[in-house]
Amino acid sequence: MNPVALLGRTFLDFLTTVGRLSMFTGRGVVHCFLPPVYPRLLLRQVIEIGYYSLPVVGLTAIFTGMVLALQSYTGFARFNAEGAIANVVVLSITRELAPVLTGLMVAGRIGAAMAAEIGTMTVTEQVDALTTLSTNPFKYLVAPRIIAAVLMLPLLVLVADIIGVLGGYVVSIHKLGFNPTVYLQRTWEFLEPLDVISGLTKAAVFGFLISLMGCYHGYHSKGGAQGVGAATTNAVVSASILILASNYLITELFFS
Amino acid sequence: MADAPPKIAIENLHKSFGRKVVLDGLDLALREGESLVVIGGSGTGKSVLLRCILGLLEPDEGSIRVDGREVVGMAPHEREEVLRKFGMLFQNAALFDSLPVWENVAFGLIQGQGMERSAARKIAHAKLAEVGLGPEAGRLSPAELSGGMRKRVGLARAIATGPEILFFDEPTTGLDPIMGDVINELIVKCVRDLGATALSITHDMASARRIADRIAMIYKGRIAWVGAASEIDNSGNDFVDQFIHGRAEGPIQLDIGGP
Repeated sequence: MNPVALLGRTFLDFLTTVGRLSMFTGRGVVHCFLPPVYPRLLLRQVIEIGYYSLPVVGLTAIFTGMVLALQSYTGFARFNAEGAIANVVVLSITRELAPVLTGLMVAGRIGAAMAAEIGTMTVTEQVDALTTLSTNPFKYLVAPRIIAAVLMLPLLVLVADIIGVLGGYVVSIHKLGFNPTVYLQRTWEFLEPLDVISGLTKAAVFGFLISLMGCYHGYHSKGGAQGVGAATTNAVVSASILILASNYLITELFFS
Repeated sequence: MADAPPKIAIENLHKSFGRKVVLDGLDLALREGESLVVIGGSGTGKSVLLRCILGLLEPDEGSIRVDGREVVGMAPHEREEVLRKFGMLFQNAALFDSLPVWENVAFGLIQGQGMERSAARKIAHAKLAEVGLGPEAGRLSPAELSGGMRKRVGLARAIATGPEILFFDEPTTGLDPIMGDVINELIVKCVRDLGATALSITHDMASARRIADRIAMIYKGRIAWVGAASEIDNSGNDFVDQFIHGRAEGPIQLDIGGP
């Protein structure tokens, strides 16, 4: 094929995708604020996203906090700065690691599940059936997922903050021999509300991106099982990349 | 009757996917209370026609009027209102996996009409009984149903809201001949009991003969013939003759994707 034509076609495909995604986002967001609300569906998504993600988020947070304390100690001991470990752990966890790692773990768990479920519904005409039964698929499928993810991600990150700091505390006290009172005191001294607020803001944005990517790729999947598989992969990959990119932008916004 | 305005009037309908022209100026009128079956080979545009009427696809050009009201380009909330007149049985029933059978049947009542769940459940059980399924089937998950049962549940869901218009997409595909005839019989009964206007698409001639008042043949995105079901064997149309007799030779050229 002519390379110029290939470039042109790729660019047009890109523009088509951007346009389609923008329209999907607009419709999804609008339907979050318009009645009717489906409380049963919302509750189901809240439980699925919030409650069932707790184990994976908790385990990720505790091991991250533990490793962070251990690695910080190894590095800081060279400069006799072991006292800064509490500071490093709490700031790293609340500002960056808890929201980003929670976002990535939930993208893998929930983003994939959303894409697979909605994708299967699309290829088996269940989404069309919704329309013929006078039910808007955006209101029934997309809006409850977006609302639940935006509400639940900050709560999960709050839990991850606490468990992550706890992980650092456990290693610092029981393995590195820190004084518990001094460690907790330093943790509180260095922690500012903005650290937590920035992390929770990131979490809400990540929740939106994860649910949007899961729903978008599922909704536009085609071609049977292979199409649903591709939608699932694309949902997780695109959500992960968007999480990392938006993390930088939000950090700039809060701390630059 | 013949002078009454059509329930659904389709004029000059065009729909293409890229360079592939699927509907090419199709005209069709569906009279109130009749059962029209559209026959035609695979890929001739039967499903696209149904999807355009339902608003699942937007036609490139042309007009579709339901009860005299233009539905092409209609706003989504108006479309939802028009869709309340419709019931649809999908090819593979398209039951919602996440809901039990009774909730599938009651879906249009609960979500579409805002009916109380307990009242909708009673209606769902009554509709399941109409298609020959007992209340115990209502508790099952769609995954536990056989192909014939899925079609029956799909039919019960289609008729649950008492629609004025019923669409059937390949109602007997994938069923054995006996179960196919059971479904055909149920379709005739449901359409008659509701007094509904029915549009079916199929390539199963036994099914078409059983459920149709009139039959239309679609070929290359246009209606090649339309007439009473009783006239199909003497249509005098070469396309119809080739199709109903299943002959490879004739004016219908199959795109078999050769080199």
